[in-house]
Amino acid sequence: MLMNLTDEQMDRYSRHLILKEVGPEGQIKLLQSRVLVVGTGGLGSPVSLYLAAAGVGTIGLVDADTVDISNLQRQIIHTTADIDRPKVESAAVKLKAINPEIKIEPWLLYLDASNSLDIIRQYDFVIDGTDNFATKFLINDACVLAGVPYSHGGILRFDGQTMTVLPRKSACYRCCFHEPPPAKSVPSCSQAGILGAVAGMLGTIQAAEALKFITGAGSLLTDSLLSFDAKTMNFRRVKLRKRPDCPVCGENPSIIELSDSEREACGLK
Amino acid sequence: MEIRLNGESRCINAAHLTVAGLLEMEQVPSPEMVAVQIDGEIVHRCAYNDTMVGDRNQVDLLYFMAGG
Repeated sequence: MLMNLTDEQMDRYSRHLILKEVGPEGQIKLLQSRVLVVGTGGLGSPVSLYLAAAGVGTIGLVDADTVDISNLQRQIIHTTADIDRPKVESAAVKLKAINPEIKIEPWLLYLDASNSLDIIRQYDFVIDGTDNFATKFLINDACVLAGVPYSHGGILRFDGQTMTVLPRKSACYRCCFHEPPPAKSVPSCSQAGILGAVAGMLGTIQAAEALKFITGAGSLLTDSLLSFDAKTMNFRRVKLRKRPDCPVCGENPSIIELSDSEREACGLK
Repeated sequence: MEIRLNGESRCINAAHLTVAGLLEMEQVPSPEMVAVQIDGEIVHRCAYNDTMVGDRNQVDLLYFMAGG
């Protein structure tokens, strides 16, 4: 689709336009792109704010939850006045305020085996900003099956980890983590805590990966897991390989359709 | 023997060490909390007791993180 930037867009996105890796062509790609952010919490807040500001034309937001006062320590898209409001609704208002020309598609639901593929297929890139293993594995499997690239993100206490997955081209989350850990073997942020700013550190990395994927700038965080410890500010990137025996993206996959069994294994059902 | 654990050199005072033994030595509270990669290959969780860590192996302990 041919498209020219308006004068206002030239002003709004001027700092992108002077980057040679983005420029007008990259900005037009951003304006025409569709990104799905799953979870409008600690990671989804910074991710969606930066994507909206960057001019990602359509942002889908998935969350069935409402804003709780305990979210406000890190979920910076929501304010005290938003308590009890659906998170997707609260987030949509802020994103439109930053950038009225983008479109927000709110999905007031949780992803499950029955709806994930239909929703994910409508987008160019997916951000995993969820807070449980069942949905993290579900997003991985759905993105691999649908062939939609995505960014995995996880945070706990002072730590964060992220990887970018290009389905069937680079290592997926299951290539590394295989299957969800048994219920209760790994604590959640509500059990173990999370430094609010760590969500911002990791979320902005995920947003940058989405913007790089869409514009084609730089090289992606594929075939590797980036982790950091904010206590020491040590960052480490571990190389990963796409596994031929991966249960979802390998040569003889055992996962050929989605199921909610992981939700049961994780004690969510 | 000497291994590289999470990118750092580590002397191990043992001739034989399993992945399970290493996790215990590293005080990983539960072996189910990590994915273990040795020289670029992920070790399956059910093989931690049977997989040996060898001299000069590069071992990465990759923690599961669910938060978002």
